[in-house]
Amino acid sequence: MAGSGVVTVYGNGAITETSKQSPFSVKVGLAQMLRGGVIMDVVNAEQARIAEEAGACAVMALERVPADIRAQGGVARMSDPQLIKEIKQAVTIPVMAKARIGHFVEAQILEAIGIDYVDESEVLTLADDENHINKHNFRIPFVCGCRNLGEALRRVREGAAMIRTKGEAGTGNIIEAVRHVRSVMGDIRVLRNMDDDEVFTFAKKIQAPYDLVMQTKQLGRLPVVHFAAGGVATPADAALMMQLGCDGVFVGSGVFKSGDPARRARAIVQAVTHYSDPQVLADISCGLGEAMVGINLNDEKVERYANRSE
Amino acid sequence: MAVGVLALQGSFNEHIAALKRVGVKGVQIRKPEQLQSVSALIIPGGESTTMAKLAEYHNLFPALREFVKMGKPVWGTCAGLIFLAEKAIGQKTGGQELIGGLDCTVHRNFFGSQIQSFEAEIPIPEIAAKEGGPPSFRGVFIRAPGILEVGPEVQVLADVPAPSTVGSLEDNAGPEKKVIVAVRQGNLLATAFHPELTADTRWHSYFLKMVNETSEEASSSTSLSSEELSSSDPSKYDLPIFQQ
Repeated sequence: MAGSGVVTVYGNGAITETSKQSPFSVKVGLAQMLRGGVIMDVVNAEQARIAEEAGACAVMALERVPADIRAQGGVARMSDPQLIKEIKQAVTIPVMAKARIGHFVEAQILEAIGIDYVDESEVLTLADDENHINKHNFRIPFVCGCRNLGEALRRVREGAAMIRTKGEAGTGNIIEAVRHVRSVMGDIRVLRNMDDDEVFTFAKKIQAPYDLVMQTKQLGRLPVVHFAAGGVATPADAALMMQLGCDGVFVGSGVFKSGDPARRARAIVQAVTHYSDPQVLADISCGLGEAMVGINLNDEKVERYANRSE
Repeated sequence: MAVGVLALQGSFNEHIAALKRVGVKGVQIRKPEQLQSVSALIIPGGESTTMAKLAEYHNLFPALREFVKMGKPVWGTCAGLIFLAEKAIGQKTGGQELIGGLDCTVHRNFFGSQIQSFEAEIPIPEIAAKEGGPPSFRGVFIRAPGILEVGPEVQVLADVPAPSTVGSLEDNAGPEKKVIVAVRQGNLLATAFHPELTADTRWHSYFLKMVNETSEEASSSTSLSSEELSSSDPSKYDLPIFQQ
């Protein structure tokens, strides 16, 4: 298309401008392979092995889990590539890593070391408070957080091949995750019943690209894989997210900040597969030891990571 | 006719949607007893270690092996191919349980990590002969496995140039530099790529023909009455198919 002066407005399938080497279908493809699975935060190779043994479908390599970032404060950045490489060598499942919002050089580094997925995450300190990374420029796929439908579709337009609801990371408190999932799903239900003529104004209201809003209306769901994240601490939390309509779950501090990580990890993996079977859920929830300590979000001193980006 | 789709993890929704497009009901299989209600099984793509762990937790392996042994048609895509292989290399520390039955050696993550994932038009003479359509198929390879060796009874359905030559199409790769990505052995079908992620349903209809042939031979041994039982799942919307 370059040089010919021809510009496609909405392209085929509404999502365009991807490089030839890694088409959007391949980026979404990996996310589709992760559906019905659990992605766990790990801080070293040993934890990565525990997660793999428990049946995690991918691991997120980090220096500190969100609960520690909260407790210790300071600027949270991309992890040391050495650590990510070690984790990558220890397991055969996909390895994800976090880059700061807007920090495209961190993303370039992660691409160079051959990571499978980049999480442009609000849990790390922001590098750019106005712009996100232009994810079309990368061959690796990205996952981004959202609180509502508009935010999700803005990220998809920027090139995200997977969406996770933000929740409130590192709190062990599911309330924000529920709020965000319900907000996305509720907006989609409203959209489905809307007259086509009203979609223009709706797109303006939620500040999302019209073509993606229309596609979402036709599909009845987000056009990419949609996971839940931020505050999942028990198998019941994970199953709740699945019953609300998510495709899978991220578990951050919930596993390795609990009393018996291996057992809890295994239970959460099973809960996501058998999310609609209360009998199985009851069995796997028994005797898991202590859950992570939660944080009450009514306390105003608790920083809201979810509100860091729009 | 009901076709089961192993719904532990991975792209089972995509397979059910693809089956729907060819007019067949897909039934989600999560427990051993559910296998009795279906005449054929698809093992979808996903993370094979995750699926193996979940199958182990719920004691699915004996039932799956029995299913394969009975000669019922089984099709594995990507992770499913690894499940069906007699031998897999490149596994996680400690290995993983497999169903076996397909006489071949599979290399897990043969094509490398996500950055090496690709799409390719692959020639499929056998499928094109049976199902018509163009002579090639849009194969989506996501951290895909490759088949290194096959036994004498295995029919090779498709192969692609090995990774060293992928991308440089000018190089005329010798036949020894190819890697097998689709095979059939009796009632077992396996593909390293993901037909469920494309709009082309020829692989699904090819598999359904295998199912029909088998049920004719076994004459009315398959009961279809349980279809209603499993239809309690609310109809889930599915993802679009991306094409470039």
